[in-house]
Amino acid sequence: MKQDKHGKNHKFGMVVDLDKCTGCGSCMVACMSENNVPFKEDESRKKDSITWMRVYKITNGKSFPETEICYMPRPCMHCGGKGDHGHSPCVSVCPAVATDYDHSSGIVSQIYTRCFGCRYCMGACPYHARYFNWWDPKWPEGMENYLSPDVSPRMRGVVEKCSFCFHRYQEARDRAYVEERDDIEEQEYQTACTQACPAGAITFGDLNNPDHEVYQMVEPDAHNCGKPKNPKAFRLLERLQTNPKVYYISEREWVRKAGDNYLEGEWEKVKNNHGNDHE
Amino acid sequence: MKVDRRSFLGLGLGAAAGVAVSPVAWKLMDDSSIWTQNWPWTPVPRDGEVTFDNTVCSLCPGNCGLSVRKIDGRPVKIEGRDDYPVNTGGVCLHGVAGLQYLYDPSRIKSPLKRIGDTFEQISWDEALELVATKLAEIRDAGKADSIACVTNHGMGTVPGLFQRLLTALGSNNFLSMDTMDKAWEKTLEKMHGVHGTLGFDLENAEFILSFGTGFIEGWGSPVSNFKANSSRKERGAALIQVEPRLSNTAAAADTWLAANPNTEADLALAMANVIISNNLYNTGYYVSGFGPGFDELAAMLKENYSPEAVAKTTGIDAAVIVDIAKRFAKSNAPVAIAGKGKGSTPGSAREFAAVHLLNCLAGNINTKGGAWILSPQDYEQWPAVEMDEVASQAIEKPAMDPAGSVAGFFAKAGAEKTVQALLISDANPCYALNDAKAITKAVQDIPFVVSFSSFMDETTRQADVVLPSHTFLERTEDLPSAAGMARRVTGLATPVIAPVFNTKNPGDAILAIAKAMEGTVGESFPWESYEECLEAVTGDLWSDLSDQGYAAVQETAPATRPSVDFSFVAQNPAPVEAEGTEADFSLILVPLDNVRIATGSVASSPFAVKTVPDTVLAGKDSLVEMNPETARANKLSQGDLAVLETPKGKATVKVNLFEGIMPGVIGMPRGLGHAMEENRYVSGKGVNINELMGPVMDAASGLDAAWGIRAKISRA
Repeated sequence: MKQDKHGKNHKFGMVVDLDKCTGCGSCMVACMSENNVPFKEDESRKKDSITWMRVYKITNGKSFPETEICYMPRPCMHCGGKGDHGHSPCVSVCPAVATDYDHSSGIVSQIYTRCFGCRYCMGACPYHARYFNWWDPKWPEGMENYLSPDVSPRMRGVVEKCSFCFHRYQEARDRAYVEERDDIEEQEYQTACTQACPAGAITFGDLNNPDHEVYQMVEPDAHNCGKPKNPKAFRLLERLQTNPKVYYISEREWVRKAGDNYLEGEWEKVKNNHGNDHE
Repeated sequence: MKVDRRSFLGLGLGAAAGVAVSPVAWKLMDDSSIWTQNWPWTPVPRDGEVTFDNTVCSLCPGNCGLSVRKIDGRPVKIEGRDDYPVNTGGVCLHGVAGLQYLYDPSRIKSPLKRIGDTFEQISWDEALELVATKLAEIRDAGKADSIACVTNHGMGTVPGLFQRLLTALGSNNFLSMDTMDKAWEKTLEKMHGVHGTLGFDLENAEFILSFGTGFIEGWGSPVSNFKANSSRKERGAALIQVEPRLSNTAAAADTWLAANPNTEADLALAMANVIISNNLYNTGYYVSGFGPGFDELAAMLKENYSPEAVAKTTGIDAAVIVDIAKRFAKSNAPVAIAGKGKGSTPGSAREFAAVHLLNCLAGNINTKGGAWILSPQDYEQWPAVEMDEVASQAIEKPAMDPAGSVAGFFAKAGAEKTVQALLISDANPCYALNDAKAITKAVQDIPFVVSFSSFMDETTRQADVVLPSHTFLERTEDLPSAAGMARRVTGLATPVIAPVFNTKNPGDAILAIAKAMEGTVGESFPWESYEECLEAVTGDLWSDLSDQGYAAVQETAPATRPSVDFSFVAQNPAPVEAEGTEADFSLILVPLDNVRIATGSVASSPFAVKTVPDTVLAGKDSLVEMNPETARANKLSQGDLAVLETPKGKATVKVNLFEGIMPGVIGMPRGLGHAMEENRYVSGKGVNINELMGPVMDAASGLDAAWGIRAKISRA
């Protein structure tokens, strides 16, 4: 569904202030609890541990006591793809249209009942944001009682990932419609992780709307696929041109450098614009 | 009919065309994919009307306000309450996962009675009668003072009812679990001669000097501290962390001072020396508040704690010590804090006093952004306890541990075997105290143990009778803020759902036990229900509590400025050393607190365990953290299985290399290794560090001051 009515489209995105993130894990659990994410007896095999939002720990690689660490929360990046036209890596390879790019919100969907589990999208995603249900989810007896009707529980054999809490967007739109408003307010649609973060490290909003905080924080360059003009902001693997809608901010240069893989000497050339010259 | 080539092809093509145009094949494929995705065991959550209920979390002493989203009366999601003064919308992962505690199928579903090694379900009437009869028997035998009670914390009306029951019976042995609160209380007694507790105005402080605290890892009121940390940048407030390991707090700090283990006090005293010798202490407070011992202190510091000498002890440059001390003293709102990790264990009196000395010298006592000396919570208005002759006589006998330490109590209980009955509420000493195995043995030796827990935890496993409690989401309870918060807020937890199992509010259980006991014990509890008691006892606070779910008891710094007695520090008390000798155990093992792993009275939820990285827990193995240099010296590499041995015990662990930990120090996560068989998502994972560490009693405070233990490690 292409709705390119100019100026009307949203482009929902997220900004994570890595200098505020303490790695506490509230976002991960808020996400699991909001989205009916199941759990197994052993979740220490991280490759099959379903975490739509996962907090990675990175280090600067220096030895004691020069060591530094930083936590990096990673939801689905909701990539716009090359040229920001909606050709996200996963959407491009899905043979079942089970994952699709919504041009009106910029959100990459995942429709479980269409997915037949080929996992091409998992191979295509450079961010490891997608997870496969190798088993049927099993809630211990009685715990089905806390499942939310807003998000359908998944079944064995399908891929799942962060949806930017799309059901919250639908709910906000429904409310706006009932109240005869044309559009929703910034605070009406916030993801569960944003809401829960006790450090206030996550900001969520419309990257197309200059009034929104996310826009002011990163200053996305509309003529350059949304690349941040703020030199302290960066996106993961910027040079793949996946054009993620999740931005990170840090005062620490080594953290910003960790956002992509650079050859020797390459970082110095791009560090203030992360390759803003595009090609 | 003869099938020639022509008709064969014709029929074949016709059939192919027929199948292609017929919807049957597509319909069947569609049906089969729908069918394979609609297994009866994939739940379809019921929809309904959305409502929100407010309550207060009591999983940790932070006591955050919660907003519970419900569908058709069924709680489905826990969020932070936006208008709650402690957490203003934020919430930690344990609170969010609260519903996993509520619906946990391994919860205790009805009262239990021990039969040999197993439990039998009994009715509430039978269980309460059993407890009342047994307590009356002990009392009639003249042993009322041998009844003891351990609760998780000592504040609010539920612990208040337990304490009241013990007083009415005639026992002084009411204890709450040992935390840094007790260490702060002892510090205040020593340095100000007042009885109270210390709170820190961290959200207004401009220079936070943290001596090993897990400021953003669960220390104090966790969510409130996350917010105070996040606003540091805007406020221009500095955070300095002293710790031998790059913890999350050290990582967030502006400066990380990697001091040698157990040298925090030395560093604080050296800084005090710099402040005094440069006349940087608060002169106003010097005139009005500096009491005995100041000159002796100055002389003692000059002699023993010069920056150069302490640089050798701590491994921190003398110039850095001087610089930090000067910046601390010159800041408008400096504050120094202590209490290792989450502050769930007390520390040594020397360390706490040395750190608080910096607060006194800076003159930030009871100032904005400083350390607030808060009087004990006193909003509860209890009527006098009715005491008969038995109670009046028994209560004259001193408490088993004069310092009020749970560790001390169990040590004595295990050695003397005089305790006849133990009531345990919301506490898990058989898991959470150092030398957990010895504590378990001590509890086993007590003839009659009653647990009020919701879960079959390590301590409840040893109980003779279990009177299961509501979880915090099913309970009514007043929850005063504790643990390092400067502002005082008392929250009211209210049930968001009817009890899921056959449990009771522990307050109601106590009322029923007391009423079943005739005479003055029953008469001391004139209330029909816990709710009635709560309303009567909270007095002036009740209208705020019931209207808005909380009552702000104190918002601003107390007006007084108690005088400072320097004599304790001036005596230069000796440090509390780790158990074990360097000759036998060349390394030092320290517990690591992380906010993702619950360490207190409740175990982590399945969701919380899921967030634990594979560098901390792999399958059923704990990983210990060590510097690559330590690993090389012990011929270990990443992922190796190794045997970790301390004077207290041995465990098989895996090795995780981390550059951010000091060579010679091994870090082991606290909060793992639960033995709660029915809960396979949490139980049997990793090692409980409390089985490898023993208590080290601090002569100056009578509290357990163990901060680590000597250890060695070798390839398994």
